[in-house]
Amino acid sequence: MILNRDLVIIGAGPSGLCAAKMAAEAGQKVLLIDRNPQLGGQLIKQTHMFFGSEKQYAKTRGFDIAKKLIDDVKKYPDLVEIWDNSTVVGLYSDKVLTVLTGETYRKVQAKAIIVATGASEKVLAFENNDLPGIYGAGAVQTLMNVYGVKPGEKIVMVGSGNIGLIVSYQLMQAGVKVLAVIEAAKVIGGYKVHASKLRRLGVDIITSCTIKKAIGKDKVEKIVTVRLNEKWEEIPGTEKEYEVDAVCIAVGLSPLTNLLAMIGCELKYVGELGGLVPVLSKDYETTIEGVYACGDASGIEEASSAMVEGYITGLAAAKKLGKVHPQYDELMVDLRKQLDILRSGPFGEKIRKGLAKLEGVKEVC
Amino acid sequence: MLNQYGYPSPEQVKSKFPSLEILVKPKAIVECYEKIPCNPCSTSCPFKAITIGEDINNTPVVDFDKCTGCGICVYSCPGLAITVCEVLEDKVRFKIPYEFLPIPKQGELWHAVNRKGEVIGEAYIEKVTLTPRQDKTQLVQVLVDKELLYEFVTIRSQDYE
Repeated sequence: MILNRDLVIIGAGPSGLCAAKMAAEAGQKVLLIDRNPQLGGQLIKQTHMFFGSEKQYAKTRGFDIAKKLIDDVKKYPDLVEIWDNSTVVGLYSDKVLTVLTGETYRKVQAKAIIVATGASEKVLAFENNDLPGIYGAGAVQTLMNVYGVKPGEKIVMVGSGNIGLIVSYQLMQAGVKVLAVIEAAKVIGGYKVHASKLRRLGVDIITSCTIKKAIGKDKVEKIVTVRLNEKWEEIPGTEKEYEVDAVCIAVGLSPLTNLLAMIGCELKYVGELGGLVPVLSKDYETTIEGVYACGDASGIEEASSAMVEGYITGLAAAKKLGKVHPQYDELMVDLRKQLDILRSGPFGEKIRKGLAKLEGVKEVC
Repeated sequence: MLNQYGYPSPEQVKSKFPSLEILVKPKAIVECYEKIPCNPCSTSCPFKAITIGEDINNTPVVDFDKCTGCGICVYSCPGLAITVCEVLEDKVRFKIPYEFLPIPKQGELWHAVNRKGEVIGEAYIEKVTLTPRQDKTQLVQVLVDKELLYEFVTIRSQDYE
């Protein structure tokens, strides 16, 4: 049996939830699918106050933003159907999805699809990087902030982007000693206000430094770091040992584009956006008509941008299916302006470069 | 310095302070040195004393004539980059944001800590507030020695190893 649905949104993180809200507001029926037991994506583990402007819930803590966005979609019980604990395992070119919920396998025929699957963490190659106690930052946040479990007592953070800095601060709040934050680049990657918050707690931030190896029998017991020169080569004699029971890796994210690849959307490698990303129209439509992508799945950015992209995509996909939001034009103008502003500062430079590269591809097509 | 180690230079810090004459009343010291897309300090100020403008990447500018030192921006800043400072006879009174346990208590003596995380003296806890509006960020009012004016930034429990 095949189930018929109009608009299917895959992923109920910040972007997917915002897309669902806007589509429902336009009067569009939505099926929202998420593989986790709780909706909200990464937001549910974010205990810090968000940046941006009020329109993107600045100064609200991430888990509270998740509650607001979930409330938004639950205001439309007749329009928004939610399948949680459900993994989309297949996406086919005739817009058929296969979905696994526990032991139940369902097939859905969609008219339009929004892929808002988010991102996966990048890993780092070093000796013994598979020892227990070596985590990705997402896992550390899930353990601490969702389940209340300390990942260790003494930890070194690898990576000084916003995630590395924020998770280090959260570890300190949980009573875990962060011995150092190490960063391979010459300068700190994330916002300096986050770095200063850590530094005043006495946490060393060491740039031009990477992890050389982990040491331990059944779990990580020690790590060796090494300084890097201008060419990112190890400087012999600068090795330093840290006794740790955990290591947290926060070296960036890659868009989760597997489903987009499966359906045959054109993907392009853009390093600035985190890896393979879909080629998109201004309305976030992929090269397959009626298939959209937004949020980190379309390029790695902050959650504030993911929300705004979600709103735009929800509006556009609903319109495609004949449901035009009464304020469509005004909303689109305002949302695009919000995105431009979020991307306009020095921190948006990488994103702007990446998007320009993607733009180039579209013109060639 | 800031980009490499995470703490600003003494010159950067001083550039955010008004003159000592102005500091006889409590004023917000906004240590936001970098253009990032963020504006809650400006939108939360009931006296319109902090300006960022339409481009939220601009760094905030404080109008010390309008600032009353109320402290709302202190717990509204997602970067915890704001303190309120008031110079008294022989002490300096600060209101700082604090998000750790244990919660300091009135009358206790805590370590005074600088931007590098070093202990530089003692901080006397005058008052601790935590209203629902503060959304879990405590506002701690402390007294420190006057010579720590440009040095002091946070407190640490004396029991912390």
